[in-house]
Amino acid sequence: MLNALQHMGHRALGMFERLGRSALFFLQVLISLPSVFLRPRLLIQEIYSVGTLSLLIIMVSGSFVGMVLGLQGYVTLAKFGAAESLGVVVALSLVRELGPVVTALLFAGRAGSALTAEIGLMKATEQLSGMEMMAVDPMKRVIAPRFLAGAFSMPLLVTTFIAVGVLGGYFVGVGLLGIDSGAYWSQIQSKVDFYDDIYNGLIKGVVFGIVVTWIAVFEGYDTVPTSEGVSRSTTRTVVNSSLAVLALDFVLTGLMFGI
Amino acid sequence: MTTRMIEVMVGVFVAIGLAALFMLAMKVSNLSDFNQGSGYQISAKFENIGGLKVKSPVTVSGVRVGRVVGISYDSREFNAVVHMQIEDQYNDFPMDTSASIYTAGLLGEQYIALEPGAETEVLKNGDTIDYTQSALVLENIIGQFMVNMTSE
Repeated sequence: MLNALQHMGHRALGMFERLGRSALFFLQVLISLPSVFLRPRLLIQEIYSVGTLSLLIIMVSGSFVGMVLGLQGYVTLAKFGAAESLGVVVALSLVRELGPVVTALLFAGRAGSALTAEIGLMKATEQLSGMEMMAVDPMKRVIAPRFLAGAFSMPLLVTTFIAVGVLGGYFVGVGLLGIDSGAYWSQIQSKVDFYDDIYNGLIKGVVFGIVVTWIAVFEGYDTVPTSEGVSRSTTRTVVNSSLAVLALDFVLTGLMFGI
Repeated sequence: MTTRMIEVMVGVFVAIGLAALFMLAMKVSNLSDFNQGSGYQISAKFENIGGLKVKSPVTVSGVRVGRVVGISYDSREFNAVVHMQIEDQYNDFPMDTSASIYTAGLLGEQYIALEPGAETEVLKNGDTIDYTQSALVLENIIGQFMVNMTSE
Protein backbone atom coordinates (compact mmCIF):
# COMPACT_ATOMS: atom_id res chain seq x y z
CA MET A 1 0.00 0.00 0.00
CA LEU A 2 2.66 2.43 1.07
CA ASN A 3 4.78 1.26 -1.83
CA ALA A 4 1.99 2.02 -4.28
CA LEU A 5 1.58 5.51 -2.82
CA GLN A 6 5.31 6.11 -3.00
CA HIS A 7 5.32 4.97 -6.61
CA MET A 8 2.53 7.39 -7.45
CA GLY A 9 4.28 10.24 -5.67
CA HIS A 10 7.52 9.46 -7.48
CA ARG A 11 5.77 9.50 -10.86
CA ALA A 12 4.00 12.78 -10.08
CA LEU A 13 7.20 14.47 -8.92
CA GLY A 14 8.99 13.22 -12.00
CA MET A 15 6.27 14.68 -14.20
CA PHE A 16 6.47 18.08 -12.55
CA GLU A 17 10.24 18.01 -12.78
CA ARG A 18 10.03 17.36 -16.53
CA LEU A 19 7.50 20.16 -16.91
CA GLY A 20 9.78 22.57 -15.09
CA ARG A 21 12.79 21.49 -17.11
CA SER A 22 10.90 21.90 -20.37
CA ALA A 23 9.79 25.41 -19.38
CA LEU A 24 13.38 26.41 -18.55
CA PHE A 25 14.49 24.79 -21.81
CA PHE A 26 11.91 26.87 -23.70
CA LEU A 27 13.29 30.06 -22.14
CA GLN A 28 16.83 29.04 -23.08
CA VAL A 29 15.72 28.41 -26.66
CA LEU A 30 14.07 31.83 -26.82
CA ILE A 31 17.23 33.47 -25.51
CA SER A 32 19.43 31.78 -28.09
CA LEU A 33 17.04 32.54 -30.98
CA PRO A 34 18.73 35.80 -32.13
CA SER A 35 21.98 33.94 -32.82
CA VAL A 36 20.16 32.01 -35.57
CA PHE A 37 20.11 35.10 -37.74
CA LEU A 38 23.90 35.24 -37.66
CA ARG A 39 23.95 31.93 -39.56
CA PRO A 40 20.87 31.93 -41.81
CA ARG A 41 22.27 29.00 -43.79
CA LEU A 42 21.62 26.64 -40.85
CA LEU A 43 18.05 27.88 -40.68
CA ILE A 44 17.47 27.29 -44.39
CA GLN A 45 18.87 23.78 -44.09
CA GLU A 46 16.41 23.07 -41.28
CA ILE A 47 13.44 24.64 -43.05
CA TYR A 48 14.22 22.30 -45.91
CA SER A 49 14.18 19.16 -43.79
CA VAL A 50 11.25 20.25 -41.59
CA GLY A 51 9.04 22.18 -44.00
CA THR A 52 9.83 21.41 -47.63
CA LEU A 53 10.01 17.68 -47.09
CA SER A 54 6.63 17.76 -45.29
CA LEU A 55 5.01 19.66 -48.14
CA LEU A 56 4.08 16.60 -50.18
CA ILE A 57 2.33 14.68 -47.39
CA ILE A 58 0.49 17.87 -46.38
CA MET A 59 -0.75 18.52 -49.91
CA VAL A 60 -1.83 14.92 -50.52
CA SER A 61 -3.68 14.62 -47.21
CA GLY A 62 -5.14 18.10 -47.65
CA SER A 63 -6.67 17.21 -50.99
CA PHE A 64 -8.11 13.96 -49.63
CA VAL A 65 -9.56 15.64 -46.54
CA GLY A 66 -11.15 18.27 -48.80
CA MET A 67 -12.59 15.63 -51.10
CA VAL A 68 -14.04 13.61 -48.21
CA LEU A 69 -15.57 16.78 -46.77
CA GLY A 70 -17.07 17.50 -50.18
CA LEU A 71 -18.65 14.04 -50.42
CA GLN A 72 -19.90 13.91 -46.83
CA GLY A 73 -21.13 17.49 -46.86
CA TYR A 74 -22.98 16.93 -50.11
CA VAL A 75 -24.79 13.82 -48.85
CA THR A 76 -25.94 15.62 -45.71
CA LEU A 77 -26.77 18.98 -47.31
CA ALA A 78 -28.69 17.38 -50.19
CA LYS A 79 -31.19 16.06 -47.63
CA PHE A 80 -32.08 19.64 -46.73
CA GLY A 81 -31.96 20.85 -50.31
CA ALA A 82 -29.00 23.06 -49.48
CA ALA A 83 -26.34 21.37 -51.60
CA GLU A 84 -25.30 24.79 -52.92
CA SER A 85 -23.82 25.67 -49.53
CA LEU A 86 -21.29 22.85 -49.85
CA GLY A 87 -18.47 25.35 -50.34
CA VAL A 88 -19.15 27.03 -47.00
CA VAL A 89 -19.14 23.71 -45.16
CA VAL A 90 -15.87 22.64 -46.75
CA ALA A 91 -14.11 25.99 -46.39
CA LEU A 92 -15.21 26.83 -42.86
CA SER A 93 -14.41 23.43 -41.40
CA LEU A 94 -11.01 23.47 -43.10
CA VAL A 95 -10.11 27.04 -42.18
CA ARG A 96 -11.27 26.91 -38.59
CA GLU A 97 -10.48 23.40 -37.42
CA LEU A 98 -9.27 20.71 -39.75
CA GLY A 99 -6.55 22.74 -41.44
CA PRO A 100 -4.54 23.69 -38.35
CA VAL A 101 -5.27 20.50 -36.37
CA VAL A 102 -4.67 17.87 -39.04
CA THR A 103 -1.59 19.72 -40.28
CA ALA A 104 -0.22 19.83 -36.73
CA LEU A 105 -0.85 16.11 -36.21
CA LEU A 106 0.83 15.23 -39.50
CA PHE A 107 3.64 17.65 -38.73
CA ALA A 108 4.20 15.98 -35.34
CA GLY A 109 4.38 12.59 -37.00
CA ARG A 110 6.47 13.61 -39.99
CA ALA A 111 8.78 16.34 -38.74
CA GLY A 112 8.54 16.22 -34.94
CA SER A 113 9.56 12.59 -34.65
CA ALA A 114 12.48 13.17 -37.03
CA LEU A 115 13.68 16.15 -34.97
CA THR A 116 13.55 14.15 -31.75
CA ALA A 117 15.35 11.17 -33.23
CA GLU A 118 18.04 13.38 -34.77
CA ILE A 119 18.77 15.37 -31.62
CA GLY A 120 18.45 12.28 -29.43
CA LEU A 121 21.00 10.40 -31.54
CA MET A 122 23.31 13.42 -31.42
CA LYS A 123 23.12 13.21 -27.66
CA ALA A 124 23.51 9.41 -27.57
CA THR A 125 26.61 9.55 -29.76
CA GLU A 126 27.91 12.46 -27.65
CA GLN A 127 28.01 14.92 -30.50
CA LEU A 128 26.35 17.52 -28.29
CA SER A 129 29.01 17.08 -25.59
CA GLY A 130 31.64 17.25 -28.33
CA MET A 131 30.28 20.62 -29.44
CA GLU A 132 30.40 21.91 -25.90
CA MET A 133 34.03 20.79 -25.68
CA MET A 134 34.76 22.90 -28.75
CA ALA A 135 33.02 25.87 -27.09
CA VAL A 136 30.13 25.69 -29.55
CA ASP A 137 26.82 26.14 -27.76
CA PRO A 138 24.57 23.28 -28.97
CA MET A 139 21.59 25.39 -27.94
CA LYS A 140 22.51 28.00 -30.55
CA ARG A 141 23.97 25.67 -33.13
CA VAL A 142 21.49 22.74 -33.04
CA ILE A 143 18.32 23.53 -31.11
CA ALA A 144 17.49 27.14 -31.98
CA PRO A 145 17.59 26.77 -35.82
CA ARG A 146 15.38 23.66 -35.62
CA PHE A 147 12.91 25.37 -33.34
CA LEU A 148 12.65 28.46 -35.50
CA ALA A 149 12.35 26.36 -38.66
CA GLY A 150 9.42 24.41 -37.17
CA ALA A 151 7.61 27.52 -35.93
CA PHE A 152 8.13 29.19 -39.32
CA SER A 153 7.09 26.22 -41.47
CA MET A 154 3.84 25.31 -39.70
CA PRO A 155 1.73 28.36 -40.72
CA LEU A 156 2.90 27.96 -44.32
CA LEU A 157 1.95 24.28 -44.25
CA VAL A 158 -1.44 25.18 -42.75
CA THR A 159 -2.26 27.65 -45.53
CA THR A 160 -1.18 25.10 -48.13
CA PHE A 161 -3.32 22.41 -46.51
CA ILE A 162 -6.41 24.65 -46.45
CA ALA A 163 -5.97 25.89 -50.01
CA VAL A 164 -5.46 22.38 -51.38
CA GLY A 165 -8.41 21.14 -49.30
CA VAL A 166 -10.76 23.79 -50.68
CA LEU A 167 -9.65 22.87 -54.20
CA GLY A 168 -10.24 19.17 -53.37
CA GLY A 169 -13.76 20.00 -52.22
CA TYR A 170 -14.24 21.99 -55.42
CA PHE A 171 -13.09 19.01 -57.48
CA VAL A 172 -15.61 16.66 -55.84
CA GLY A 173 -18.48 19.13 -55.49
CA VAL A 174 -18.30 20.83 -58.87
CA GLY A 175 -16.49 18.22 -60.92
CA LEU A 176 -18.19 15.04 -59.77
CA LEU A 177 -21.46 16.02 -58.08
CA GLY A 178 -22.45 18.85 -60.37
CA ILE A 179 -22.80 21.82 -58.03
CA ASP A 180 -22.62 25.18 -59.77
CA SER A 181 -19.06 26.50 -59.79
CA GLY A 182 -20.13 30.10 -59.19
CA ALA A 183 -22.32 29.12 -56.25
CA TYR A 184 -19.41 27.23 -54.66
CA TRP A 185 -17.09 30.26 -54.64
CA SER A 186 -19.67 32.97 -53.96
CA GLN A 187 -21.11 31.09 -50.98
CA ILE A 188 -17.60 30.70 -49.59
CA GLN A 189 -16.77 34.35 -50.11
CA SER A 190 -19.95 35.58 -48.49
CA LYS A 191 -19.54 33.48 -45.35
CA VAL A 192 -15.79 33.24 -44.71
CA ASP A 193 -14.31 36.31 -43.06
CA PHE A 194 -10.61 37.10 -43.36
CA TYR A 195 -10.06 38.30 -39.81
CA ASP A 196 -12.52 36.10 -37.94
CA ASP A 197 -11.75 32.87 -39.75
CA ILE A 198 -8.52 32.82 -41.74
CA TYR A 199 -6.56 35.01 -39.34
CA ASN A 200 -7.64 32.90 -36.36
CA GLY A 201 -6.82 29.70 -38.24
CA LEU A 202 -3.34 31.07 -38.90
CA ILE A 203 -2.87 31.96 -35.23
CA LYS A 204 -3.75 28.37 -34.39
CA GLY A 205 -1.15 27.22 -36.93
CA VAL A 206 1.57 29.40 -35.35
CA VAL A 207 0.72 28.23 -31.82
CA PHE A 208 0.64 24.55 -32.82
CA GLY A 209 3.92 24.94 -34.70
CA ILE A 210 5.64 26.41 -31.64
CA VAL A 211 4.22 23.77 -29.30
CA VAL A 212 4.95 20.75 -31.50
CA THR A 213 8.51 21.85 -32.27
CA TRP A 214 9.12 22.74 -28.63
CA ILE A 215 8.03 19.28 -27.50
CA ALA A 216 10.07 17.62 -30.26
CA VAL A 217 13.36 19.40 -29.56
CA PHE A 218 12.88 19.09 -25.79
CA GLU A 219 12.28 15.35 -25.94
CA GLY A 220 15.36 14.97 -28.12
CA TYR A 221 17.54 17.10 -25.87
CA ASP A 222 16.24 15.47 -22.71
CA THR A 223 16.48 11.88 -23.94
CA VAL A 224 18.17 9.03 -22.09
CA PRO A 225 21.27 8.59 -24.28
CA THR A 226 20.70 4.99 -25.28
CA SER A 227 19.03 3.51 -28.33
CA GLU A 228 16.05 2.53 -26.20
CA GLY A 229 15.87 6.02 -24.73
CA VAL A 230 15.83 7.60 -28.19
CA SER A 231 13.03 5.32 -29.35
CA ARG A 232 10.99 6.16 -26.24
CA SER A 233 11.53 9.89 -26.70
CA THR A 234 10.41 9.68 -30.30
CA THR A 235 7.19 7.92 -29.28
CA ARG A 236 6.63 10.45 -26.52
CA THR A 237 7.05 13.33 -28.96
CA VAL A 238 4.28 12.07 -31.21
CA VAL A 239 1.93 11.16 -28.34
CA ASN A 240 2.51 14.29 -26.27
CA SER A 241 2.38 16.76 -29.12
CA SER A 242 -0.80 15.20 -30.54
CA LEU A 243 -2.46 15.45 -27.14
CA ALA A 244 -1.19 19.00 -26.66
CA VAL A 245 -2.48 20.05 -30.09
CA LEU A 246 -5.96 18.62 -29.49
CA ALA A 247 -6.25 20.10 -26.01
CA LEU A 248 -4.89 23.50 -27.07
CA ASP A 249 -7.29 23.50 -30.00
CA PHE A 250 -10.19 23.33 -27.60
CA VAL A 251 -8.82 26.21 -25.54
CA LEU A 252 -8.03 28.36 -28.59
CA THR A 253 -11.42 27.68 -30.18
CA GLY A 254 -13.10 28.66 -26.91
CA LEU A 255 -11.13 31.91 -26.81
CA MET A 256 -11.69 32.76 -30.48
CA PHE A 257 -15.23 31.74 -31.27
CA GLY A 258 -16.91 30.83 -28.01
CA ILE A 259 -17.10 33.28 -25.19
CA MET B 1 22.18 17.71 -52.37
CA THR B 2 23.99 20.97 -52.94
CA THR B 3 23.31 24.06 -50.85
CA ARG B 4 21.97 25.88 -53.88
CA MET B 5 19.42 23.13 -54.54
CA ILE B 6 18.28 23.20 -50.92
CA GLU B 7 17.86 26.95 -51.01
CA VAL B 8 15.83 26.71 -54.21
CA MET B 9 13.57 24.07 -52.66
CA VAL B 10 13.03 26.17 -49.54
CA GLY B 11 12.21 29.10 -51.79
CA VAL B 12 9.62 26.99 -53.59
CA PHE B 13 8.14 25.91 -50.25
CA VAL B 14 7.82 29.47 -48.98
CA ALA B 15 6.37 30.60 -52.29
CA ILE B 16 3.74 27.84 -52.21
CA GLY B 17 2.80 28.74 -48.63
CA LEU B 18 2.46 32.43 -49.44
CA ALA B 19 0.54 31.72 -52.65
CA ALA B 20 -1.88 29.59 -50.63
CA LEU B 21 -2.36 32.44 -48.14
CA PHE B 22 -2.95 34.85 -51.01
CA MET B 23 -5.51 32.50 -52.52
CA LEU B 24 -7.29 32.15 -49.16
CA ALA B 25 -7.38 35.92 -48.75
CA MET B 26 -8.64 36.69 -52.24
CA LYS B 27 -10.68 33.71 -53.31
CA VAL B 28 -11.95 32.16 -50.07
CA SER B 29 -12.53 35.11 -47.76
CA ASN B 30 -14.48 38.27 -48.45
CA LEU B 31 -11.41 40.46 -48.12
CA SER B 32 -11.44 41.27 -51.82
CA ASP B 33 -14.87 42.90 -51.89
CA PHE B 34 -14.77 44.52 -48.48
CA ASN B 35 -12.39 47.41 -48.75
CA GLN B 36 -13.46 50.11 -46.38
CA GLY B 37 -13.04 53.73 -47.30
CA SER B 38 -14.37 53.56 -50.83
CA GLY B 39 -18.01 54.49 -51.00
CA TYR B 40 -20.33 56.78 -49.08
CA GLN B 41 -22.48 56.15 -46.04
CA ILE B 42 -26.21 56.60 -45.67
CA SER B 43 -28.47 55.56 -42.83
CA ALA B 44 -32.06 54.47 -42.40
CA LYS B 45 -34.37 54.05 -39.41
CA PHE B 46 -36.40 50.90 -39.01
CA GLU B 47 -38.97 49.90 -36.41
CA ASN B 48 -37.69 46.35 -36.48
CA ILE B 49 -34.64 44.99 -38.27
CA GLY B 50 -35.30 41.31 -37.62
CA GLY B 51 -32.15 39.30 -38.17
CA LEU B 52 -30.19 41.92 -40.10
CA LYS B 53 -26.46 41.89 -39.29
CA VAL B 54 -23.41 44.02 -39.97
CA LYS B 55 -22.04 43.08 -43.44
CA SER B 56 -25.47 42.08 -44.73
CA PRO B 57 -25.81 43.09 -48.39
CA VAL B 58 -27.64 46.18 -49.64
CA THR B 59 -29.23 45.61 -53.03
CA VAL B 60 -31.08 47.50 -55.73
CA SER B 61 -33.16 45.38 -58.13
CA GLY B 62 -31.27 42.39 -56.77
CA VAL B 63 -27.84 43.83 -57.55
CA ARG B 64 -25.54 44.27 -54.57
CA VAL B 65 -24.45 47.90 -54.30
CA GLY B 66 -23.13 48.02 -50.72
CA ARG B 67 -23.09 46.55 -47.25
CA VAL B 68 -24.47 47.26 -43.80
CA VAL B 69 -21.60 48.70 -41.77
CA GLY B 70 -23.28 49.51 -38.48
CA ILE B 71 -26.45 48.92 -36.49
CA SER B 72 -27.41 50.95 -33.42
CA TYR B 73 -30.49 51.77 -31.38
CA ASP B 74 -31.91 55.28 -31.11
CA SER B 75 -33.35 55.42 -27.59
CA ARG B 76 -35.11 58.75 -28.17
CA GLU B 77 -37.14 57.70 -31.19
CA PHE B 78 -37.32 54.03 -30.17
CA ASN B 79 -36.11 52.58 -33.43
CA ALA B 80 -33.09 50.93 -34.97
CA VAL B 81 -30.62 52.93 -37.04
CA VAL B 82 -28.85 51.02 -39.83
CA HIS B 83 -25.76 52.53 -41.43
CA MET B 84 -25.00 51.37 -44.96
CA GLN B 85 -21.95 51.90 -47.11
CA ILE B 86 -22.77 52.27 -50.79
CA GLU B 87 -20.11 51.94 -53.46
CA ASP B 88 -19.07 55.18 -55.13
CA GLN B 89 -20.16 54.15 -58.61
CA TYR B 90 -23.82 54.03 -57.47
CA ASN B 91 -24.16 57.65 -56.40
CA ASP B 92 -27.43 58.72 -58.01
CA PHE B 93 -30.21 57.47 -55.75
CA PRO B 94 -33.02 60.04 -55.40
CA MET B 95 -33.79 61.55 -51.97
CA ASP B 96 -37.10 59.68 -51.73
CA THR B 97 -35.55 56.24 -52.17
CA SER B 98 -37.17 53.67 -49.88
CA ALA B 99 -35.45 50.87 -47.99
CA SER B 100 -37.03 47.55 -47.00
CA ILE B 101 -35.67 44.52 -45.20
CA TYR B 102 -36.32 41.27 -47.04
CA THR B 103 -35.29 37.66 -46.52
CA ALA B 104 -33.36 35.74 -49.15
CA GLY B 105 -35.20 32.45 -49.52
CA LEU B 106 -37.35 30.87 -46.84
CA LEU B 107 -34.65 30.53 -44.20
CA GLY B 108 -31.98 32.68 -45.80
CA GLU B 109 -30.16 35.76 -44.65
CA GLN B 110 -31.83 39.13 -44.40
CA TYR B 111 -30.78 42.00 -46.62
CA ILE B 112 -31.78 45.57 -47.40
CA ALA B 113 -33.44 46.31 -50.72
CA LEU B 114 -33.44 49.91 -51.93
CA GLU B 115 -36.13 51.15 -54.29
CA PRO B 116 -35.26 54.40 -56.07
CA GLY B 117 -37.85 57.17 -55.97
CA ALA B 118 -38.47 60.01 -58.39
CA GLU B 119 -36.92 63.17 -56.96
CA THR B 120 -34.08 64.92 -58.75
CA GLU B 121 -31.99 65.53 -55.64
CA VAL B 122 -29.71 62.58 -54.85
CA LEU B 123 -28.58 60.93 -51.59
CA LYS B 124 -25.15 62.04 -50.38
CA ASN B 125 -22.78 60.93 -47.63
CA GLY B 126 -24.51 61.12 -44.23
CA ASP B 127 -28.06 61.40 -45.57
CA THR B 128 -30.95 59.48 -44.08
CA ILE B 129 -33.56 57.45 -45.92
CA ASP B 130 -37.04 58.45 -44.71
CA TYR B 131 -39.22 55.76 -46.23
CA THR B 132 -38.52 52.38 -44.69
CA GLN B 133 -40.30 49.08 -44.31
CA SER B 134 -39.38 46.87 -41.36
CA ALA B 135 -38.47 43.22 -41.47
CA LEU B 136 -41.33 40.76 -41.47
CA VAL B 137 -41.40 38.93 -38.16
CA LEU B 138 -42.99 35.54 -38.62
CA GLU B 139 -44.51 35.46 -35.14
CA ASN B 140 -46.37 38.74 -35.72
CA ILE B 141 -47.83 37.48 -39.00
CA ILE B 142 -48.96 34.25 -37.38
CA GLY B 143 -50.43 36.27 -34.52
CA GLN B 144 -52.43 38.49 -36.91
CA PHE B 145 -53.54 35.44 -38.82
CA MET B 146 -54.79 33.82 -35.60
CA VAL B 147 -56.71 36.98 -34.62
CA ASN B 148 -58.33 37.11 -38.05
CA MET B 149 -59.30 33.46 -37.82
CA THR B 150 -60.91 33.78 -34.41
CA SER B 151 -62.80 37.02 -35.17
CA GLU B 152 -64.71 35.42 -38.02
